[in-house]
Amino acid sequence: MNNAKPIIKTSHLFKVYQTDSLETVALSDVSFEIDKGEFVAIMGPSGSGKSTLMHILGALDLPTSGEYLLDGEDVGKLSDDELAEIRNRKIGFVFQAYNLLPRTTALKNVILPMTYANIPKEERAKRAKIYLEMVGLGDRLEYTSNKLSGGQQQRVAIARALVLDPSILLADEPTGNIASVQAEEIMTIFQKLNGEGHTIVMITHEPDIAKHAARIIHLRDGKISDDSLNNKQQKAKH
Amino acid sequence: MDFIELFLDSLGTLTLNKMRTSLAILGIVIGIGSVIALVSLGQGTQQSVQSQIESLGANLLTVQPGAQREGAVRGAAGGATSLTLNDATTIATSPQITTIKNVSPEFSRRTQITTGSNNTNTQVIGVTPIYTEVHKITIQSGSFISQRDVDGMTKVAVVGPQVVSDLFGEDANPTGQTIRISDQTLTIIGQTASKGGTGFLNQDDIVYVPLATAQKQLFGANYLTSIALEAKSSDVMTEAQNQVGYLLLARHKLSDPSQADFSIFSQQDILNTASSATSTFTTLLAGIAAISLLVGGIGIMNIMLVTVTERTREIGLRKALGAKKRVITAQFLTESIILTFVGGVIGGILGIITSYFISNLTSFPFTISPTSIILAFAVSAGIGILFGWYPARKAANMQPIEALRYE
Repeated sequence: MNNAKPIIKTSHLFKVYQTDSLETVALSDVSFEIDKGEFVAIMGPSGSGKSTLMHILGALDLPTSGEYLLDGEDVGKLSDDELAEIRNRKIGFVFQAYNLLPRTTALKNVILPMTYANIPKEERAKRAKIYLEMVGLGDRLEYTSNKLSGGQQQRVAIARALVLDPSILLADEPTGNIASVQAEEIMTIFQKLNGEGHTIVMITHEPDIAKHAARIIHLRDGKISDDSLNNKQQKAKH
Repeated sequence: MDFIELFLDSLGTLTLNKMRTSLAILGIVIGIGSVIALVSLGQGTQQSVQSQIESLGANLLTVQPGAQREGAVRGAAGGATSLTLNDATTIATSPQITTIKNVSPEFSRRTQITTGSNNTNTQVIGVTPIYTEVHKITIQSGSFISQRDVDGMTKVAVVGPQVVSDLFGEDANPTGQTIRISDQTLTIIGQTASKGGTGFLNQDDIVYVPLATAQKQLFGANYLTSIALEAKSSDVMTEAQNQVGYLLLARHKLSDPSQADFSIFSQQDILNTASSATSTFTTLLAGIAAISLLVGGIGIMNIMLVTVTERTREIGLRKALGAKKRVITAQFLTESIILTFVGGVIGGILGIITSYFISNLTSFPFTISPTSIILAFAVSAGIGILFGWYPARKAANMQPIEALRYE
């Protein structure tokens, strides 16, 4: 545990949904810190609030109360435009359903975040290529999503998430829609990235996947039920 | 994203679904096209009427019995009987009148005339020889009414080309033939050349007879239905109107001009009335076209809303990747403006072609005012902004998470 400022710091996060007269508490008093360079898995049964937590970490949603500091910045105090910039530059999000633009090439998909970041046009294709090569898809640049397998599409999504060198990489059930062999490939990539210094926070409900992380936070009914280092961290097979 | 990128992106998206894009554009094409075509038609009508009126004679003043009405075109036929031949003669000879060159006393009535087994309903005018000079009528064959005809109340007639074709067939020579008017038989001594005109300006559907014959033998009247005056020049029109007006007031023993039992019209007065009528007509047409344009705009809004809904997940993704609200707004607004602008261009071209064909059909002059074209483009871009705004804002305000969950 180093003494540098944590890259993620949540304090007493609450998320309460109000529908008609029914009040649902999705997150209840969640507090934790994540340091730069950690690889954390967040586990829990469905309804435990892990997706809700992930959306808050990804600046896609705001907590009802509590504080979320990302790289020292209070996300709750940001304007709409500032939140958009955080999502663009500081956070790389990988979704369970990949969420690539349909009928668009892998290259153009990875370029997309750069168009919102004022990266000069000449540079965009170059950078996109580098990251696609990094995830092993250098020979598939012009393929559209319908020509790529699930695992390949997720790798495009990872390249897209990394292309602006974000502070954190968030992954919401990244292997949920992928067969196990390719799922291992994805974990290899994550571990490689983590080895290079990327901070990764991953949601999963599969213990086999969570095992690849160095630290596992358990959520149950909106509360943290356990937060400990994973002594049995599994090295990915590929 | 700079403008060019935005433009090309939007263009790319629009061409993905060609059918939907084409249908959306179609509404605007019809709207703009009909605005241009109908306004052009209205303006062509205006110009046509104007030139017909102008062909009546720039220096023409018309005196008619009946009270003065603002911008009235003619008093009721067979209405007041306040104008007499003496009025006309006095105007012609009085030293008070310095601005009038010629005076043409007239008695006109619409009636049935027959020849053999044919008949037609036409205007019969009792005239004096000076009529052709004042109204700029030319004789095509034979001769016009002479002073001897007027003095002798002879039963002769001069016919216009429309009457000839109605009674005797086109290109027939009517000279020497007879026609019957009010149980009297008259012999045709000449035919006038065609002057065109439509409706009440039609100068081809007329039969000219000597004034005295009309008053005493055909219609039993001793008054005039109008006095036509040719002013010496167009500069003295107003003065001429005043001189004649005061003279007639004195002759009719009236001291208050507002009690006048006659009215004097210049060609300008007729022109003013006609142009207010035709410009109302044009406005009406433009209004109708504007409605179709409105419908086209609603169609655009509809299509854009469908597009936004369809691309909900994409919008959610873009926002999750860092797109700001104004970028999303700009993206969809650009699409909507491209739709309406392309529609405007196509509609404009079609509208011009249509008005060309209409002008050929109606022989109205072909007028396209540059203002209406510029206006059409500005309006079509404006419609894109106006009707695309709400869908674009809707897209921009979506919550990324809900959008991404959308099935």
